[in-house]
Amino acid sequence: MRTLTDALITGLAILATLLVVAPLIAIFVYLIYKGASSLNLAFFTQIPKPVGETGGGMANAILGSGILLGVASAIGVPIGIGGGIFLAEFGRGTKLANAVRFTADVLNGVPSIVMGLAAYALIVSHQKHFSAFSGGVALAIMMIPTVCRTTEEMLLMVPHVIREAALGLGVPNWRSVLSITVKTASPGIITGCMLAFARVAGETAPLIFTALGNQFWSTSLNEPIAALPLQIYVYALSPYDDWHRLAWAGSLVLIILIVLAVSLVRFVTSRGVLKGAS
Amino acid sequence: MGVGIEVINLNAWYGTNHTLQDINLNIPANHATALIGPSGCGKSTFVRCINRMHETNPIGRVTGTVLIGDLDIYKDAKPVQIRRRVGMVFQRPNPFPTMSIYDNVAAGLKLNGYSNRRALDEIVERSLKNSALWDEVKDDLKKKSGASLSGGQQQRLCIARALAVDPEVLLMDEPASALDPVSTSKIEDLIFQLKSQYTIVIVTHNMQQAARVAEKTGFFLNGRMVEFDSTHKIFTNPSDKRTEDYITGRFG
Repeated sequence: MRTLTDALITGLAILATLLVVAPLIAIFVYLIYKGASSLNLAFFTQIPKPVGETGGGMANAILGSGILLGVASAIGVPIGIGGGIFLAEFGRGTKLANAVRFTADVLNGVPSIVMGLAAYALIVSHQKHFSAFSGGVALAIMMIPTVCRTTEEMLLMVPHVIREAALGLGVPNWRSVLSITVKTASPGIITGCMLAFARVAGETAPLIFTALGNQFWSTSLNEPIAALPLQIYVYALSPYDDWHRLAWAGSLVLIILIVLAVSLVRFVTSRGVLKGAS
Repeated sequence: MGVGIEVINLNAWYGTNHTLQDINLNIPANHATALIGPSGCGKSTFVRCINRMHETNPIGRVTGTVLIGDLDIYKDAKPVQIRRRVGMVFQRPNPFPTMSIYDNVAAGLKLNGYSNRRALDEIVERSLKNSALWDEVKDDLKKKSGASLSGGQQQRLCIARALAVDPEVLLMDEPASALDPVSTSKIEDLIFQLKSQYTIVIVTHNMQQAARVAEKTGFFLNGRMVEFDSTHKIFTNPSDKRTEDYITGRFG
């Protein structure tokens, strides 16, 4: 009877695992099926062709997404990590910390299109034009709560005895927090940043009223800029078969780029980890 | 060299819980002093008052005087200064998990801004030799994490880490209670060697351990120090009935 139950539970666990992995694999296979045929050198090197001409690529959108995510990470990651450190280490139990935590949780639940509207109201309506910068800010605001709360949780998981060890050596508290606690929690904090990054990398809604999209090359933070999700959105809604195929290819590239970026960060940060380090 | 510790009318609280009441004692320099007593009697709180760790707890509070040598630590010094002079080894080995063995030992100096690499190399080697760990780790100093060592090795690493900042006093809060008998006896041998250079205060549940390593022993009960005398006297001819009951195993 016991072995039977054991087998049953194991079977259920395996089934659940398959159900978790299946959609991911299905999406990926379908994207390759639909998009891989349209992937060629031109896709990565050319900008979109005008309506009616075939060919062209999404090079400007790939670059644009890179720039938008760079701006978003440059703003969102430091603010998020800083907030998380405050919540876990310096503000614990204070009213301010509770307010910040509550705000972050609410912010996490705000629909992404509202983030776009907020960035529009804060930046675009003052500057009187759409810009890459405003799109980056919209994405950054979306990253902050995830980064902030995972940082806090990872820091709280660092055992109390580790903090005591640092304080017991006569290390000032701020130094102990930055050099010991944060360092000990860094693998988890990096995972949190990567999750936030991957999430906003595919966002379309916050960019509609901010980055707007662009059919041409642009690297200026002050101009409208193309982004992969925006381009996919526009192409998928278009009536042209050629654009539909490019939209599929764009989706495939977007997913591959996210996986590459996350793997790269993992690889870079895992170098120098010592034998037996936990 | 170690210095003596003089404790005058020390009281400590956790919130409203009066954990230490009117403690007075003189801990001699360059000797090992053991503190024994049942769980919750205040002996851990007591050692945490000697390096001002008690107050790192938000609800911890201390009154009274503690002199380390001539220094009145609650009046004339900042906590971080005290903790460099009074090292501490905790109950559970707590090496920094992301740091190499070398960096664990050097941590106290590096984090306080000390960066002379050659001097650090020497200090790390000397500290690891003093904690009897050098021969076991000298080939993996910068390759292995402190967390990869066995429990007993980790505890000796923590002792090396405490010694590296060159303290005068070494507080040990049940340093061997989480270790196996072989590791325990290594730690005890170590205490025996170290007490010529440092003043050692060791909290222990193990009365044989107190008898083996310490010249003086204090018996704590319910937040008070019942008796403080030479270890020999405490274990053979205690003056207080409660001490006798405890060491003969009638309670605790």
